Amino acid sequence: MMKFLKRFYLGIIMVFLYIPIVVLIVQSFNAGESRAKWEGFSLRWYGELLRDERILNALYITVSIAVLAMIISTVLGTLAAIGIHAMKKRPQALMMTMTNLPNTMPDIVTGISLMLLFLFTQVDRGYVTMLLAHITFDTPYVILSVLPKLKQMNRHTYEAALDLGATPMYALFHVIIPQCKQGIITGAMLAFTLSLDDFTISYFTTSPLVQNLSTLIYSATRTGIDPTLNALSALMFIALLVLLLIVNRRTAEDSAH
Amino acid sequence: MAVEKEHLIDLRGVSKEYDGVQVLDNINLYIRKKEFMTLLGPSGCGKTTTLRIIGGFETPTSGQVLFDGQDIAYLPPYKRRVNTVFQKYALFPHLNVHDNIAFGLKLKKVPKSEIDRKVDYMLDLVNLRGYGKRHVDALSGGQQQRVAIARSLVNEPEVLLLDEPLGALDLKLRKEMQLELKSMQQRLGITFLYVTHDQEEALTMSDTIVVMRDGRIQQIGDPKSIYDEPKNAFVADFIGESNILRGTMVRDELVEVGGFTFPCVDFGFGENAPVDVVIRPEDIMLVGEDVGQMVGTIRSVLFKGVHYEMMIDAGPITLKVHSTTMQPQGSRVGINIVPFNIHIMKPMQEAK
Amino acid sequence: MISSVALPWWAMVCMGAGLAAFIAMLVISIKRNHGVKRSLFASPYALWMIIFTVLPVILISYYAFTDSNGAFTLDNFKNFWDSHYEANKVIAAEAERLGVDYSQYIVRGTVNVDTLVYSLWMAFQCTVICLLLGYPAALFMADRKMKLGSTLVVLFIIPMWMNFLLRTIAWMSLLEDSGLINSFLRWLGFDSVQLMYTSGTVLLGMVYNFLPFMVFPIYTVLNKMDYRLSEAAADLGCNSWQTLYKVTMPLSIPGVISGITMVFMPSVTTFFIPRILGGSYTMMFGDLIESKFLTEGNWNAGSALSLIMMLLILVSLSILRKADPNGEGGGIA
Repeated sequence: MMKFLKRFYLGIIMVFLYIPIVVLIVQSFNAGESRAKWEGFSLRWYGELLRDERILNALYITVSIAVLAMIISTVLGTLAAIGIHAMKKRPQALMMTMTNLPNTMPDIVTGISLMLLFLFTQVDRGYVTMLLAHITFDTPYVILSVLPKLKQMNRHTYEAALDLGATPMYALFHVIIPQCKQGIITGAMLAFTLSLDDFTISYFTTSPLVQNLSTLIYSATRTGIDPTLNALSALMFIALLVLLLIVNRRTAEDSAH
Repeated sequence: MAVEKEHLIDLRGVSKEYDGVQVLDNINLYIRKKEFMTLLGPSGCGKTTTLRIIGGFETPTSGQVLFDGQDIAYLPPYKRRVNTVFQKYALFPHLNVHDNIAFGLKLKKVPKSEIDRKVDYMLDLVNLRGYGKRHVDALSGGQQQRVAIARSLVNEPEVLLLDEPLGALDLKLRKEMQLELKSMQQRLGITFLYVTHDQEEALTMSDTIVVMRDGRIQQIGDPKSIYDEPKNAFVADFIGESNILRGTMVRDELVEVGGFTFPCVDFGFGENAPVDVVIRPEDIMLVGEDVGQMVGTIRSVLFKGVHYEMMIDAGPITLKVHSTTMQPQGSRVGINIVPFNIHIMKPMQEAK
Repeated sequence: MISSVALPWWAMVCMGAGLAAFIAMLVISIKRNHGVKRSLFASPYALWMIIFTVLPVILISYYAFTDSNGAFTLDNFKNFWDSHYEANKVIAAEAERLGVDYSQYIVRGTVNVDTLVYSLWMAFQCTVICLLLGYPAALFMADRKMKLGSTLVVLFIIPMWMNFLLRTIAWMSLLEDSGLINSFLRWLGFDSVQLMYTSGTVLLGMVYNFLPFMVFPIYTVLNKMDYRLSEAAADLGCNSWQTLYKVTMPLSIPGVISGITMVFMPSVTTFFIPRILGGSYTMMFGDLIESKFLTEGNWNAGSALSLIMMLLILVSLSILRKADPNGEGGGIA
C-alpha cells in the first residue's frame, strides 16, 4: 500500500513535469494555428520549419554557440582545474571564490554586467559576445566537475609517471587527463546543456540581429508564438532523447565488459 | 679515492625546509652498489623526504645529491636512473596490468615485441603470469604491490626506491613480501633504498639501516650493531623494546639506578654524571630472591606467544622483562643483569 | 552574422599586455622547473575570469555609485528606498524658490522596495512549495526498494532539454481563457475561471521550472546516506516515522540547504516567468532591473538595484552556508 502511494505521488509529479511538453508536442501536429483548438493532425508546421530561415538561423546560432562554448570551456576549465589542484592553499582559495562567484550571481546580474562590459569597451554585441558570455558561465561548471576527480586521484600517479621517464606534458596527457575523463565528459555535457538552454545571459549579451532560439522565442511572445517553434523544439527534444538512449546503451555495454 | 668509487649515491650536507620548517638537517649519507639500505624512523622524521629528494620529486634547500659522482639535485625525475615504488603503489587506474608495466618502456620507444617479452618476464618474476590483461582495480593489495614493483624493475634502474611499499598489506602477506623482496634484490643485484617505520622489517631485510629522527640521522650501521649497540636512547627505544632508566655514573664501569649499583663495561662519562641506562627486556635474568642483584615484585604478566612479558616493581623503578618462564603475579623475584648488557648513554635531549 | 569586433585601442593594449605577461610567466617557469609549473595552467582561466567576471562586477559597482555624468553619488541607493527621491528633490527645490512649505507636496511610496518585498515573498513561497513537493519525491526516489532512482533522476532532467521559455509558454495554452482547462470547464457547463496573469500563475510557473533543483541535491544526499543508519535506528526502537524524523531528515539537511539555495536564488531574479504568466499585473525584481536598463536606459539605477540584489543573495547564502559548513549538499553535477 505504502509502495503504491509512493509511486502514485511520483507519478503525479511526473505528470506535472511532462504536461507542458505533451501539450507542446501535440500542438506541433495541430493543423490550425490556435493554441487551444485541435483542427486535425498535420505536419504543416514541420514543413514550414524547413522554410523558416529566421528559425533555422537561430537554431544554427544556438547549436554552434553551444558546441563552441562547450569545446572552449572544457579545454579552459580542465586546464584550470589541473592548475587549481596544483596550487597552494591561498591562491587555490582565491581561484575557488572566483569560480563560485558566477554560481552565486543571479543570471540576470551576470548578463547585465557582461552587457555593461561590452558597452563600456564598445564591442558590438552579437555572435562573438554571446559566445564569450557562454564560455564565461560554462567554464566554472567544467571546473567543478573535473576538480573532484582530480582530488580522488592518487597524487603519486603523476610522480610515478615522471619516475618512469615521462615528461610533465606526457604525464599530463597520458596519466592525469585519462584519470579525470569522466569528470571532463560530465562537465562538457553540462556546459552544452546550459548553453543550449540559456536565455537570460544571451538576452543581454547579443543584439536583436543575432538571435538564438531562446531570444527568438522571447521576442516572439510579443507577437504570438508560431507553432513552427513548437515543431522545432519537439524535434530537438526527440533528438536529445535518442542521443541519451545511445549514450546509455554505450555506457551499459562498457560497464558490462 | 678508491673507496668513493663504490658510492653510487652520495648525499652531502642535504637540508630541506618547507615554509620555514626544517625537515632535513644536514644529511650526509652514501649508498653502495648492490646494497639494501633502509631509512628507518617514526613518521615525520624526514625519511620519505630523503627518498623523494633522491627520486627527484623534491629539491634540497641546500647540499648536494651525487649520483655516480654527478650532482643530480636539480635533475627532473624522468632523467634519473632511479625508479620508485610508491606508497599505495600509484598504479595507473586507466591502464591494465600489462600497460602499467610497459609504461616506462613505451616512453623509451622500445620495440613492441621487446616490450612484450620484458613485461612477460617481469610478470613471471613477480608471480603474476597471465595477469597482463587484468584491470589494476581488480587486483588484491598484494598483487597491486607486485605490479608496482614490476613496473619499476622493468626499467632496469640502478637504484630502486621503495616508500613503505608493504604498509598497506596485512601481517602475513607483509612477511612473505619481505622475503620475496630481499631475494629479488639479491638475484637482480640492484641497489635498494627502502623507507619504513617498521623496525622489524628494517632488521629483517637490510644490509644497512639509517635511523632518523627530526630530520637528523641518529645512527648508521648494520642491523646487528644497531640492535646491540644503539648509540642513544632514542635508537634503543625505537629498535626493539628497551627499559630506559635515569641513572648516575658513579665512576667508570659502575652505574647507579634507583638506589642499586651495577657493574657495567662503559667508561669515560666522568664521575657522578647523569646518564640514560638502557637494558633490553630479554637481557634481564630472573633468579631466586636471595641471589639477585636486586629484588622486585611481579606486577603484571602478559602472554606474548613466544615469551611472557612481565612488569616488575623494584624499589622506585619498574622494569619490563621478557622471559620464557612465567613467574606468578605478586611473587618476589631476584633480578640479575650482566655488565655487558647494560648500555650507558648520554642523557637523551628532549625533543624540541 | 558574426559582428565586427571594434575594440578601443586601450583595451587592445591591456589584452596584449596580459597575453605577453602570461607567455613570459610560462617561459620563465619552463626554464626554472624543467617544465610548465602546473599551477600556471589555471592562468588563462584566471585572466578570463578577471576580464569577464571581476571587471564586469567592478563596472556595475562603478555605475551604481555614479550619476549619469560619472560623478560619485549615493542617489541611486536613495532612489531605491524612495522611488520618488528624484521628483521630491525637484519639488523641494521648487518649493524653496517659491518660499512655501514643500512637505505637503512630497510624493510618498516606494515602488522598488515593494517590488523587492514582493519578489522575496514569491521566492519564499516558491521555495517552500518546492521543498514540500520535492522532499517526499526525493525520499521516495532514494528508497532502496523502489529500484528506480536513477531512472527517475533522468526523468527529472529530460524536461529541461525542452527550451524553458517554450515550456513556460505551454502552460499558457493550458491556463488562458481559451485554454484547455477553461475549455474543459465550459464543456462541463461551468463558467471559465481567470487563471492567467495572477500571482498564483507566476508561482506555478516558478515551481514548475525550479522543482528539479530542489529534488536533485536532496536525492543525492539521501542516496549517499548509509542505509544501515535507518536500520540501526529501527534496531534501536524507532518506528518508520521516528526514523524519518530523527535520523533521515537531520542527515539530509545539507541537501535541503543546497536545494533551497538553488531554488530561491533564481526565483528572486526571474524575469521571464512573471513576464509571460503574470503579464503586466505582476512585477518582480528581475523585471525591474531589466526595465531599468533596457526600457529606461538608466544604467546607474539599474546597477544599484543589481548590487542590492547581489548583496542580498550573498548574505542569504552565507547564512545558509553556516547550516552546511562543509558544503556537502552537492548540486546536480
